[in-house]
Amino acid sequence: MGSCSAELDKTPSVVVAKQNNALQIYALDDLAARCGLEVGLPLANARAICPELTVFDADAAADAKTLGDIADWCDRFTPLVALDPPYGLFLDITGCAHLFGGERALLQIVSGALTRRGFAVSAGIAGTSVCARTMTRHVSGKIIADGEEADAVSPLPVSALGADAAITSGLRRAGLKTIGDVAARARHEITARFGAGFTTLLEQALGQGDAPISPRKPLPDYIVEKRFPEPVATEGVISATLSRLAAMLVTAMDRQGKGARRLEVSFFRTDGAVRTIMVDTGRPVTRPEVIDRLFRERLDALNDPLDPGFGFDLVRLSASRTEIVVQQQRDLDANVHDNDELAALIDRIAARIGGKRVVVHLPQDTHIPERAVMAMPAQHHLAAAGQAAWPDRTESEPPLRPLRLFEKPEPIKVPFATVPDGPPHHFTWRRVTHAVVRVEGPERIAMEWWKQDGKALTRDYFRVEDEAGLRFWIFRDGLYESEARGAEDKPVPVNWFVHGLFA
Amino acid sequence: MSGARTNTLATLRGRIERIEAHGDAYAPNKVPLGHAGADATLRGGLALAAVHEVFAEGHQSAAATGFIAGLAGRITARRPLVWVRQDFSDIESGALSMSGFSELGLDPRCLVTVRAADADSALRTAADALACDALGLVVLEVWGEARQLDLVASRKLTLAAQASGVTALLLRLAATPQPSTAETRWIVRAAHSPPGTPSMPAAPSMPAAPWSTWGAPVFDAQLVRNRHGPVGRWIMEWKCDECLFSESAAYPQPVAAAPAHRPHQARDGELQRRAG
Repeated sequence: MGSCSAELDKTPSVVVAKQNNALQIYALDDLAARCGLEVGLPLANARAICPELTVFDADAAADAKTLGDIADWCDRFTPLVALDPPYGLFLDITGCAHLFGGERALLQIVSGALTRRGFAVSAGIAGTSVCARTMTRHVSGKIIADGEEADAVSPLPVSALGADAAITSGLRRAGLKTIGDVAARARHEITARFGAGFTTLLEQALGQGDAPISPRKPLPDYIVEKRFPEPVATEGVISATLSRLAAMLVTAMDRQGKGARRLEVSFFRTDGAVRTIMVDTGRPVTRPEVIDRLFRERLDALNDPLDPGFGFDLVRLSASRTEIVVQQQRDLDANVHDNDELAALIDRIAARIGGKRVVVHLPQDTHIPERAVMAMPAQHHLAAAGQAAWPDRTESEPPLRPLRLFEKPEPIKVPFATVPDGPPHHFTWRRVTHAVVRVEGPERIAMEWWKQDGKALTRDYFRVEDEAGLRFWIFRDGLYESEARGAEDKPVPVNWFVHGLFA
Repeated sequence: MSGARTNTLATLRGRIERIEAHGDAYAPNKVPLGHAGADATLRGGLALAAVHEVFAEGHQSAAATGFIAGLAGRITARRPLVWVRQDFSDIESGALSMSGFSELGLDPRCLVTVRAADADSALRTAADALACDALGLVVLEVWGEARQLDLVASRKLTLAAQASGVTALLLRLAATPQPSTAETRWIVRAAHSPPGTPSMPAAPSMPAAPWSTWGAPVFDAQLVRNRHGPVGRWIMEWKCDECLFSESAAYPQPVAAAPAHRPHQARDGELQRRAG
């Protein structure tokens, strides 16, 4: 829709990029175009034509980011915004235009605002996206009514279609200068010469069939928003607005018996910046106070606080994931109440410090100690964790597994073992030497050889107690003399690790 | 007339009694630990809806964790438990292992773990969790000296615990006790397993001595502060099957006589963090 260039001191400026090992013009401004420069011209030639050229390096990443920012800003007009790289945007304004005073007014608002920010804009409205794009390549500000697409694009040159350079030049060589000329030919001739893809493009440009756009974000299930004629920046107004929006959203969802699982609030700043904050919940939210509180927690805990700048002129609250709410009888079952309270607490903590930091534990079907338990986000796995089947402990046995387990076993120094494949007599861990007083073991745990990463050595675990009563879970990595072998098949010193600490 | 005056006096007396009771002799429910000596000193057991602190040196972290897990098992068997930890604590003394947790006779299904990045967010999360009356217990595990956990923070936790009826346990590893409003404060160390018969038949090449039984977890628990009673020091054994503390068979006598007076601050020199 727009190509961006800044007018600097009225000297022609171009953006160059390296293509085929030579600097070529990638984009240029009106002044440069008037000098006779064009995209694809080598920079050396351009300098010869126009010596007072200002040259910039192309930065595709920054271009893409700018386009993304503009797309964010365009979210205020419609939730369906699609990127058309490298410098186009599609806005699906079906059912939105009347909110801004009709199509003509909307077109003026969009192009006016972007022009004021220093972008060169070419915008148009048409029944199909391809037709609108074809149109904007040559004229700006046109609105094509339904059924008039063919008439509107016919006089345009074939380059407006935006097909490959080979096709465009092929059409020119065949004497087909305008889209009308091409459309006049029989379709099968065009297809035979330029391929089916081009025929489809041509038909879409003529308004016969449409290519769907792919919006950047999925359409939220519910949207409520508040526009301010004067930008607001104070915290009080913002939080009051959020509360009111939450109430509106809940009313809308309530009508269909839905509750929100993911909520997004977008703050549109007057200078075009958009900040979106998302909150996930463990179970569907149906009360405005809860929404309010979750966002308050989230906003409090932001690393870079919400910066109102010159104020927000639009605040939008949307429920991007919803679920049907199952109403449960509360009063008779204290458990249900407790579970609800716990889920609400987890949501609040997760909103502040992140969903991955609040975890429940699920047993896994493996005997490798470090993989026996998996920590899963509590928001989504609370119910599963409540019904998990944990292995029963052996009656009248002391604990067989340590209470604290190191994620990565820590190496210990063992000068010698009592017997070659026995437990150590003493060992050094974290610079402290512990003399072993009591031992139980070994408990041999073989790695899962049937798995890809199961090539590790067999471990012999010992439960040892030192003279101070501290209890360790240590293991020897590899069987003595059979697995731990060096290059010349000689036994190498085996490694010992401490894997956990018993209470 | 005189009857009315007596009546008024009685009402006023009752009011004063209630005010005083609320201020000082706050008598919450108690849960017995199972260890007779400790229960007698605590006058029936550990107070619910209060804050209890457990201190341990860095290398005693597992013992202290086991002690906390034992208290948790006594306080709440079925209700949800929120355990707030710092990331650093995991690195320094290992993550809480659910296998070990269930081996102690506790239920990992009730446990929700919060991994806070720092002491600030851990404290805030714990305060939040304490306000939620659906929980049975909140454990806050903090490694090292934390200036955030001052008297004000501890007072806030106590008030939150009283308001919601949820008990809070503070696990302070490698930290020096500071003034706080905790109901009790413990210093926990590991104690030896009871000596017993060899657990494995001694092979001819093996020295027999080290192969003695590996018993249930045994703690050397020192009660250094008790707001409403004397202090003491006991060897406690955790019975995984019955889920309670008990006297250890290996230590029939108390290792130290319980002092009758309230103690001074814990001796600082003892609590220097040692590597390992």
